[in-house]
Amino acid sequence: MECVFGLVGNDFAIVAADTSAVHSILVHKSNEDKIMILDSHKLIAASGESGDRVQFTEYVQKNVALYQFRNGIPLTTAAAANFTRGELATALRKASIFVAVAIYNKALPCPGLYKGGITSLPVYCITHRTRDAALLISNPYFVNILLAGYDKETGPSLFYIDYIATLHKVDKGAFGYGSYFSLAMMDRHYKSGMTVEEAIDLVDKCIMEIRSRLVVAPPNFVIKIVDKDGAREYAWRESVKDAAVPSA
Amino acid sequence: SVRKIVSLDDHIALACAGLKADARVLINRARIECQSHRLTVEDPVTVEYITRYIAGLQQKYTQSGGVRPFGLSTLIIGFDPYTGVPSLYQTDPSGTFSAWKANATGRNSNSMREFLEKNYKETSGHDTIKLAIRALLEVVESGGKNIEVATMTKEHGLRQLEESEIDAIVAEIEAEKAAAEAAKKALAAPKET
Repeated sequence: MECVFGLVGNDFAIVAADTSAVHSILVHKSNEDKIMILDSHKLIAASGESGDRVQFTEYVQKNVALYQFRNGIPLTTAAAANFTRGELATALRKASIFVAVAIYNKALPCPGLYKGGITSLPVYCITHRTRDAALLISNPYFVNILLAGYDKETGPSLFYIDYIATLHKVDKGAFGYGSYFSLAMMDRHYKSGMTVEEAIDLVDKCIMEIRSRLVVAPPNFVIKIVDKDGAREYAWRESVKDAAVPSA
Repeated sequence: SVRKIVSLDDHIALACAGLKADARVLINRARIECQSHRLTVEDPVTVEYITRYIAGLQQKYTQSGGVRPFGLSTLIIGFDPYTGVPSLYQTDPSGTFSAWKANATGRNSNSMREFLEKNYKETSGHDTIKLAIRALLEVVESGGKNIEVATMTKEHGLRQLEESEIDAIVAEIEAEKAAAEAAKKALAAPKET
């Protein structure tokens, strides 16, 4: 039920994300910031499996910083988006080897490679008729990303990056169940070259739509903006605050 | 022109003397380590940590087969990310490193170090820059074209001085030297007559 959406204005890009961290039926926290500041003029709004989300976005952030130190100039938004997509694409098909060796009728997978856990069933390869078997499994990052940035030469831009390494440069984009509502809202009200006030108004319309129409709607949202002055937090939209614990 | 002073992270910079090709390799590894450290422990490196890493790398290549030592010494400066205390470290091809209040490395470093030992005072800002350039002018032909100066502050990180700025400070130093010479002559002259 994670909602992430964003749009491009006249000289800025804006992204909004819900701030709920959910595990099955439990809400861990309702003020989780899912929009990372990638560098001075880039934002990465990510949704999906929370471990992957933090791990992958931090990995991209550090590699973007490394590029800047190595080369003396920052990456363009498009370059950062292509790098991000490349990493997702690699993780998708560059498989790691899962080896199950049957010893005394127990299968022992290579520790750390198999996502599912240790199995104690005997293993058998049907085609080669051996009790040893090796499987190639891929390990994709389950993270959907909206990358917003501002470049001096080309202005604001927004990139839609899917967990299976789709890359699109877009004017408006959204992920999650909330996208059904926010995309429809943006399709109706978006026009190119909006001002910050108009864009925030549209973002608020989308949030209201999600809150009222999505069955398990996240209560709180964070909005971040990137323009020529840099990437920064714009506002929070909270309808539920963490209850304060009375002092003993 | 080739830059001898590079930044490794927002708060760490390195200057080197020696084989520039070896320097590129070492600097690249250090930059990766700075980001890797940030990724794994969510903390920027301390100056001591990255110095220890670079020195460790230099040492490794003195005790392995089929490799030769890195042909360079480095001076590493930076601010501790939490205490904000500035530090200066030096490494050499053997892999030893130590902390310093002032130091010089490379050609004619001995005379520069001697000058610093005689004239070092804990200063800040403009005076520190002047001291550094005065030390350099002992062994280098004066002029902004032959001198590279960079300062690091906690707020603004590394800043390379412009040629014009360096020329202005060099002119200031020369003027002071001339004034000192003239004062010495004035003192000596009455004694002679």
